Amino acid sequence: MSTQTGPDSIELLTFRIAEQEYALDILSVREIRGWTHATPLPHAPHYMKGVINLRGTVLPVMDLSARLGLPKREQNARNVIIVVKLEETMTGLLVDAVSDIVALSPEDMQPPPELSSDIAEAVVSALTLIDERMIRVLDLASTINVLEGVAA
Amino acid sequence: MTTDPMAEIRASFFIECEELLEALQDGLQMMDEGEDDPETINIVFRAVHSIKGGAGAFGLEALVRFAHRYETVLDEVRAGRLLVDPDALKVFFQAADHLSDLVRISRDEAPLPEEETVHLLEALDAFLGDTPSEEEAAEEDIDFQPMGLALDLDLNGEDVSEDSDAFPSLDDLPPPPDFNTENDGASETYTIVFTPKAELFETGNEPSLLLRNLGDLGEAQVVCDASELPDLADLTPELPHLSWTINLATEADEGEIRSIFEFVEGLCTLEIAAGNGPAHADQNHSDIPHNLPEITPPETLGPPPESRSAPVPAPQSAPASLAGEQQTEETTPAERAPVKDKSAKPAAAPAAKSVVRVDLDRIERLVNLVGELVINQAMLSQSLEQSGISPHSDAMSGLEEFQRLTRDIQDSVMMIRAQPVKSLFQRMSRIVREASAAVGKDVRLQTFGEATEVDKTVIERLADPLTHMIRNAVDHGLESRDDRIAAGKEPQGRVNLTAAHRSGRVVIEIADDGAGINRPKVLQIAIDKGLIAPDANLSDSEIDNLLFLPGFSTASVVSDLSGRGVGMDVVRTAIQALGGRITITSEPEKGTTFSISLPLTLAVLDGMVVEVAGETLVLPLNLVVETLTLENEGVKMLRPGHNVIEVRSGFVPLFDLGHALGYREPVTDFEGSVALLIAQEDESRAALVIDNIQDQRQVVIKGLDDSFHRAPGIAAATILGDGQIALILDPSDIIANAGPMPRTSPAYSSEGLSA
Amino acid sequence: MTLEILAVDDSRTMRDMIKLALLPEGFTVHTADDGVHGIEVLSGIEPDAIITDINMPRMDGFGFIDAVRDQSKHRSTPILVLTTEAAPELKKRAREAGATGWIVKPFDPEKLVKALQMVAG
Repeated sequence: MSTQTGPDSIELLTFRIAEQEYALDILSVREIRGWTHATPLPHAPHYMKGVINLRGTVLPVMDLSARLGLPKREQNARNVIIVVKLEETMTGLLVDAVSDIVALSPEDMQPPPELSSDIAEAVVSALTLIDERMIRVLDLASTINVLEGVAA
Repeated sequence: MTTDPMAEIRASFFIECEELLEALQDGLQMMDEGEDDPETINIVFRAVHSIKGGAGAFGLEALVRFAHRYETVLDEVRAGRLLVDPDALKVFFQAADHLSDLVRISRDEAPLPEEETVHLLEALDAFLGDTPSEEEAAEEDIDFQPMGLALDLDLNGEDVSEDSDAFPSLDDLPPPPDFNTENDGASETYTIVFTPKAELFETGNEPSLLLRNLGDLGEAQVVCDASELPDLADLTPELPHLSWTINLATEADEGEIRSIFEFVEGLCTLEIAAGNGPAHADQNHSDIPHNLPEITPPETLGPPPESRSAPVPAPQSAPASLAGEQQTEETTPAERAPVKDKSAKPAAAPAAKSVVRVDLDRIERLVNLVGELVINQAMLSQSLEQSGISPHSDAMSGLEEFQRLTRDIQDSVMMIRAQPVKSLFQRMSRIVREASAAVGKDVRLQTFGEATEVDKTVIERLADPLTHMIRNAVDHGLESRDDRIAAGKEPQGRVNLTAAHRSGRVVIEIADDGAGINRPKVLQIAIDKGLIAPDANLSDSEIDNLLFLPGFSTASVVSDLSGRGVGMDVVRTAIQALGGRITITSEPEKGTTFSISLPLTLAVLDGMVVEVAGETLVLPLNLVVETLTLENEGVKMLRPGHNVIEVRSGFVPLFDLGHALGYREPVTDFEGSVALLIAQEDESRAALVIDNIQDQRQVVIKGLDDSFHRAPGIAAATILGDGQIALILDPSDIIANAGPMPRTSPAYSSEGLSA
Repeated sequence: MTLEILAVDDSRTMRDMIKLALLPEGFTVHTADDGVHGIEVLSGIEPDAIITDINMPRMDGFGFIDAVRDQSKHRSTPILVLTTEAAPELKKRAREAGATGWIVKPFDPEKLVKALQMVAG
């Protein structure tokens, strides 16, 4: 299938939000935690769930499904928080479940098609197929760094 | 992992440069204030000199070149040949700033500011007249060091025949036979006559070593002429009486032979002639290194009492007399004196205290660990309390002791990172210099409280806001020279920068003596931009605070300097991110003062833990004045969405925290609700509606990054005993953001308000 | 042959460079921050040679050399002066103060080693 390991291969962590599957470069993933209650940040954008205590650090948690413009759904204890590190900052990404870790080579990646303006498309850097399922590979930087003014 | 020692020294050099640059600033500052004693000038000179020296070692040419020119000018000052007037000082300051830039650029390997450098070099040259060409010559690295040759002929061990005019025949030569005048045309014989003078010994030079060094060049026969040596009884130890004649067979040329005597040039008579000269028929034939120690007579003449053979008692007393002799023999006593004077003057050097250099990373780690320790201890306390253990038990009193110790550790660790704000203030000096030059105003910056200590990270994060405010003060706060004169003020504008510890916080003030805030103009602009209602009635202080609103700018002319003028909302955000507050006071014609109040340590806060809409929040305890229980009757509506309640001192605005934070819809029924009366920086009060009070305790402050989409009113966060995060509020922020409130005073009677 | 050296310079960078040049060659190196400190350190050691900078706070190189030569046991201890200037007057002055020789900064580590060997045996 598409799990060949070569010198150029990238390892991805795949995960699920609702019925869709996404993936992130494993190098930016620090850990995976179970769901805990996040303290909400007042007047924060709707996709910011709040902050949680990560071993003494205050970690902001982004509701990835909200961020990607997917319909809002119930949070439950089966949700998972993927802790990622981008440059010097840590962020938590709230997803439904983690699937797998796969190794892909650049040939397996296709550029995302130009669909209608879909928030999700702006942050998807590539598409790939695994077992005939389409996985959207996220660009972490554009997912996390939302160009928005500071909430005034 | 191996560390490259050169890279480490290089890094350490740049740190040293920072210290040197600071000393340079200090020195120039003192000179600016009229203190021009020699030691101050020395400090300034040495700072530049040391930077140059180190830079040379790392091949930082641009830096060396500039520093060298600067140093040369400073040397003229030091020698009294150049007087320092205000214009000269101005150039010195600029040169110091440029030097600082070059250091940074050299460190970061960034592109060089060639134009600026040339410009300043010219300015410096102006002080030197036409000496630059001399310097250039001096800059050539004329190598005066004794050229030790790599020739290691190693023939020393050979026994040369006693035949005085002989060179070893081929048969007597050991392999490799590369030293034979018959075979090798390049080697020559020289005859060297060396007679040391008394002064030679005073410099610690050693004839025996010189002879040995000669011997390293080739093969030598040494003959010592002791014919001048008087009887022991008549011996005057300080006068050398010996001379040596050396026949040297070497491939080295005369220049190299001379270079061995480089250090003693003038301290001896030296003749070098090519050819095999006559040797004195003396018993002191020898090859140099092995037999040299036996040529002992010069040793006894020489000063060191621990000479290898000192059978004669006379030499023992020699040092004493020599000491006396040496002083009077000194050719330049006059030159000596000033040197001693200068060094005797009390230096402005800091008292030598033991310091240790520590990696910032380690300190960071320590701070974090201590933070976690405190949190952990809080969690432990909570569990113990909830477990039902008697408050009087050993466990509980042990816990109290534990809490006390943790707090002490925390305080100590926090202070490790504390630094004086001086370096920050010095940077501001430079900003003032550059800003005032850019807008053509004469401005003087005065600093107070430079020694006030603040956490290092706070200092770093204050740099930008302060720079902004200083630029604003110079650009907008201060009037032009003409305007000032017309107003009867001193033509020179003043900006005062102060730092002090005040009731557990650090207070930093920036005050200018300019025209003050133009309130009518500010009001008009706010109305034009739709920031306030046209008919709003605002107090002076409220108008001043309009400056903090995002997007506000009074600059009608876009000045080169601060762009769109005031970016005070950015400044305030930055200050708040540090857990601080900023306020403005202003008086027309007199000036404007910005006052920043910062927590002394970033880490801890005495807080009141409350519950609002199911969330736990923390309020700074020092802001809470009183707890109130509300009744619906006491709550009056000023206008839709704005309520007030009556307290002893009058009416104060009432804020519904649950709604203000977006947790829930506004409260309509206040009966029995709890409210906290808080006092703000400007003495005004407000009441915050909460659900209930949980506790009072010390919490560890965890900062929130900028990436946190900072909400107004949220200063930071903390982790509670149960591991949950509680947000720390900055109430004054919430209040300010709720929009300007009309003045509330006892003048409002109940009749004027709708119930 | 292990030579023991005392190096006096107010620049930490310079002290580090000297150590870097000499320690691998088997020298023992003591250091001091200025002239006053140099005298203090000197009292506890028996150096085969001394290296000193000229421009230092509290007591400069000349003062230091004076003070060293004042001590009878160091009348002839070789002293090398570190100077960034090759100016003849400075060398003359150094020698008159009692310096044995000089080294120009920035120095070539090999030359430093050689110079020390030449004057200190």
